[in-house]
Amino acid sequence: MKNDNVMIDTGNYIAAKAAVMARPEVVAAYPITPQTTLVEGIANYVKSGEYKGEYICVESEHSAMSACIGSSAAGSRTFTATSSHGLLLMHEMLHWAALARLPIIMCNINRVIGPGWNIWADENDGIAQRDTGWIQFYCSSNQEIFDTVIQSFKIAENSKILLPIMINYNAFILSHTSMPAIIPDQKEIDDFLPKFSAKWKLDVKNPITHGNIIGTKYYEKIRRAMQDAQENALKIIPEVAKDWKKSFNRFHGDLFEKYKCEDAEYILISMGAIGAESKAAINNLRKEGLKVGLARLRVLRPFPNDEVIKLSKKADLIVIDRNISVGNQGAVFTEVKGALYNKSDAKVTGFIAGLGGKDVTYKDIENICKKTIKGKTKDNNWYGFEGEK
Amino acid sequence: MSKKYKVVTGISYPIDGAMGKTGSWRVMKPVFDKDKCVKCLRCWIFCPEGAIKRNKDDSIEIDYDYCKGCGICATECKVKAITIEREQKRGKKK
Repeated sequence: MKNDNVMIDTGNYIAAKAAVMARPEVVAAYPITPQTTLVEGIANYVKSGEYKGEYICVESEHSAMSACIGSSAAGSRTFTATSSHGLLLMHEMLHWAALARLPIIMCNINRVIGPGWNIWADENDGIAQRDTGWIQFYCSSNQEIFDTVIQSFKIAENSKILLPIMINYNAFILSHTSMPAIIPDQKEIDDFLPKFSAKWKLDVKNPITHGNIIGTKYYEKIRRAMQDAQENALKIIPEVAKDWKKSFNRFHGDLFEKYKCEDAEYILISMGAIGAESKAAINNLRKEGLKVGLARLRVLRPFPNDEVIKLSKKADLIVIDRNISVGNQGAVFTEVKGALYNKSDAKVTGFIAGLGGKDVTYKDIENICKKTIKGKTKDNNWYGFEGEK
Repeated sequence: MSKKYKVVTGISYPIDGAMGKTGSWRVMKPVFDKDKCVKCLRCWIFCPEGAIKRNKDDSIEIDYDYCKGCGICATECKVKAITIEREQKRGKKK
């Protein structure tokens, strides 16, 4: 540990460092704001010689993910990164990667979807990919980004999982904001993350094809196996987080990061940067004697239903969504309510806040909690909507 | 036989004629004249169905069980050792 470096840099450059230290054999990516500095960061490591793998320049995000599928199917450890419209252009190939059980790792920097062109933080891009079969993390600090990128390779490549992983973090608030992160030695990373050994691969010495026509009953087996893998991840994600803590003495939570939940009468559930800001709000609310705790959701897929039920045993829940499933409600709000159906009487109150990158400060979060505690809310609320009280 | 993988996904392993004898789909038929053949193996390289069998001495045979009659071999053959002609209608031999 004494040789650890502290790197003070942006979320994107720290993600680039993590990606390179995981020693992927292939990176294929296409630049898009606000992901651009991440792929620039990797390009710098190509120039300095620190990254020795293939860096494939492609003409679009659809091609980036296609190249990643090809490289992963050939048995190579593979990394990419994108954001917003780039992620949406990948959509078809995201399904392909998951159905082909390829452990590709991708950072997605959560950014607004246009029109209404805007490059700020908004989680609707990641939420729109919920059903592709990818495991989804949402991070709230640059150190957590570094640690989660490395851990993700280990999780995805586990033979009980073999699914691609998307590591989400908010545009600019994390991607372009410098924070210190401890960077372990390469040897420590190598000890934690062994070389990738593909569980199936395209190999001229052992000819097979993948992606052929398949009958209905076999197709159902593929979907069921993906579901089983996601359920396995509910156990393996916490195990890997525990191993990481043992090796590096850092822990950002597993499925949730819980903060002052033990005696809480209300528990706030939020993700990403709002999740980090929420800690400051909880500290202030506690000073006022309000027993509020925080459960920052780190993993949206697989969704930790059982953990949500546990949270609801002694507390009512407040959910903040920086996204909306238009025509219904905030995505996390509906997922939380789904977990509790027939299992809990806890009241759940949902807030839509911070869409389009609108600031959600700790003061706002305190207001959200106080409004809920006073009972001055509907089931589903828009917080701070211009012209509304 | 290829090694089988345990992963449940859409992996296909090679076998002869997974779709049955696709030669029955044929409308046009390649005809091989071995006297003209110079053993360049262009037909063997270009056949998309693997229906050209390569012998040890680099002579070739056409596997009519699986040849769909696309005519690529005849197009690629530089010495016109393979020509393409209309398939006889089945059951109506003249």
